[in-house]
Amino acid sequence: MQETAWQVSLVLMLMITFGVVFVAINSGKREEEYGPLVKRAYSFRTKLFWAVAFVFFPAMIYNLMSLPYSPKAAASSGPTQVINVTGHMWYWEMDRDQVEPNQPVDIRVTSADVNHGFGIYDPDLRLIAQAQAMPGYTNVIHITFPKEGTYRVLCMEYCGVAHHNMMTEIKVGKS
Amino acid sequence: MATYTYTPVPDQGAKAGVLAYLVISCVVLLLMMLFGLLMRMEQAQMISIGALWFYKIMTLHGAGMVGIVALAGAAIMWHFLRQYVDLSTGIFMANLILFLTGVVMILASVLLGDFHAAWTFLFPLPTTSMGMWSPGAAALFMGGLLVIGVGFVLLHLDIARAIISRYGGLGRGLGWPQLFGPDDGNAPPPAVVASTMVTIVNLIGLVVGASILVMMLINVYVPTFEIDPLLAKGMIYFFGHVFINAVIYMAVIAVYEILPRYTQRPWKANKVFLASWTASTIMVMFIFPHHLLMDYAYPKWFLIMGHIIGYLNTFPILIVTGYGAMMIVYRSGIRWDMCSRLLFVSLFGWAVGAMPAFIDGTITVNYVMHNTLWVPGHFHTYLLLGMVAMVFGFMYYLGKPNENAPDSALDVAAFWGFVIGTMGFTMSFLYSGKISAARRYAEHLPEWVPYDKIASYFAMLLIASVLVFIFRFLTRLGLASRDYQRASLARSMAT
Ligand SMILES: [Cu+2]
Repeated sequence: MQETAWQVSLVLMLMITFGVVFVAINSGKREEEYGPLVKRAYSFRTKLFWAVAFVFFPAMIYNLMSLPYSPKAAASSGPTQVINVTGHMWYWEMDRDQVEPNQPVDIRVTSADVNHGFGIYDPDLRLIAQAQAMPGYTNVIHITFPKEGTYRVLCMEYCGVAHHNMMTEIKVGKS
Repeated sequence: MATYTYTPVPDQGAKAGVLAYLVISCVVLLLMMLFGLLMRMEQAQMISIGALWFYKIMTLHGAGMVGIVALAGAAIMWHFLRQYVDLSTGIFMANLILFLTGVVMILASVLLGDFHAAWTFLFPLPTTSMGMWSPGAAALFMGGLLVIGVGFVLLHLDIARAIISRYGGLGRGLGWPQLFGPDDGNAPPPAVVASTMVTIVNLIGLVVGASILVMMLINVYVPTFEIDPLLAKGMIYFFGHVFINAVIYMAVIAVYEILPRYTQRPWKANKVFLASWTASTIMVMFIFPHHLLMDYAYPKWFLIMGHIIGYLNTFPILIVTGYGAMMIVYRSGIRWDMCSRLLFVSLFGWAVGAMPAFIDGTITVNYVMHNTLWVPGHFHTYLLLGMVAMVFGFMYYLGKPNENAPDSALDVAAFWGFVIGTMGFTMSFLYSGKISAARRYAEHLPEWVPYDKIASYFAMLLIASVLVFIFRFLTRLGLASRDYQRASLARSMAT
């Protein structure tokens, strides 16, 4: 997902760069009559509008198809494993830290004091899921760990002076 | 159908108050940039200031930057708006005094009181310090923000009053008769439309912000006065998002006003323009849930609204304002000087930064990128290369000795240093976000450090360039207050 976001951003940013450079290069010679130029520019803008709309709207809808807020239907088999997590200044309290791979896990995240963020990093240190940990509320992360290994948990919401040390681990694999 | 003729207007000099705003902006902006550099260098392990100082500086950098760009944006808006409506200089100065009072309170809270709950002051962190700071320090910080907010409320009330008395209502300030009826060509100029939008959204945003600040201040002293943390977060981000966005919408007035002087082409408030500003007025107020996508406790429709409006919001930026700037510059014979360069590049910075921003507002992306360095990556792009470039462009405009004055090689080098420094710095932020580096970390994991180093060098280049901009402006303060032709005329007209 990060790779896609990065590449799509780069492409869009480059397209804007080309547009701006094109205008800058073509800024030197003056076309005295602005009226006809405006007319052409407006008709190009209409085309541009629809081009952008035809790309953006499907992308916008497509990305709403599978939201992290509810479990993915039939994504995995087996009983749901549950981890209850409470964030504290400045440590994570978990009632278990070991789960089976390829089986659904519900991570129920809350906090005992201030806002924290429960971020799960895979063994390659890539963020794969997160939810805010807030006092009085429980946010549930629905996840299936695809491979065995040690996953790191980092705090994703600033919570004070030891925020960056608020780490723990989840072991995925046979105990 | 509107005709496209340009009516020249003389370049007015800045009032003393505007110059006071800008000088203070220069000083604080530079200091906050240096704070930002210190944070990057700490993460890059080039220096060692420790976590406490990192987070104190982070709190100052966040609050200070939001405040100071708002001050600079207000200076631009006020300078141009007063050429159309009758604004009160007294209230303009009262805002500055309240601002400085708030700044002193915040500095005292952080530097003397060790407060470091970040500018977001998410409830209940300010009152849950684990003994790191006192309730008094928290109250001083939030009180400081409140005082600054009150100043801006006064300023916007005065602007609302002036627009209503000149145009007959805020809807008329947004050009609604021309938008929804026949376009009689009498819509208010872009500067007025933008000021009306900013005033509407900021008044609402500031009232919400002040409400949560007052609630939290009461909670400091009466802990039994309970606040729902989810509600507090929603209110804080509503206020924060509206306020920081409004800053760009204030500063863009410089582009609307100055680029037409360089190109001798009008920037007309036609139907598309008016529609886009009315749409922005609404969207800016409903887009804030994109800060809350990882709070599953909110209703789903509310979070999906943040996602959808994030996509829609890019249309006015790209298709109307960005495109509009390209249109009046294309084959205009524009003469490039520091002012026209900076204003032109500011639209690039705004548009290009909006791309990673709306992508971050995609729920499935946010799930793995929220609160990574991707976020400061995008907002530094459109604030620095967008909004701040507009401010410096405005400063070069005010200080330009005469319409044909050439720029020194140093200034031109600083322009490119600014562009390259900012892009290098923000792209390394974005790349760090791509590899999942968390934001607001005093210490980075070893895998993240190389990019912090790269970012630090680009940040140094950027700050060196800004030093040139600021030095140039300060040496030209005497010119800035006079009325004379500043903008170079486009090529074929001048010769
Ligand atoms: Cu934390």
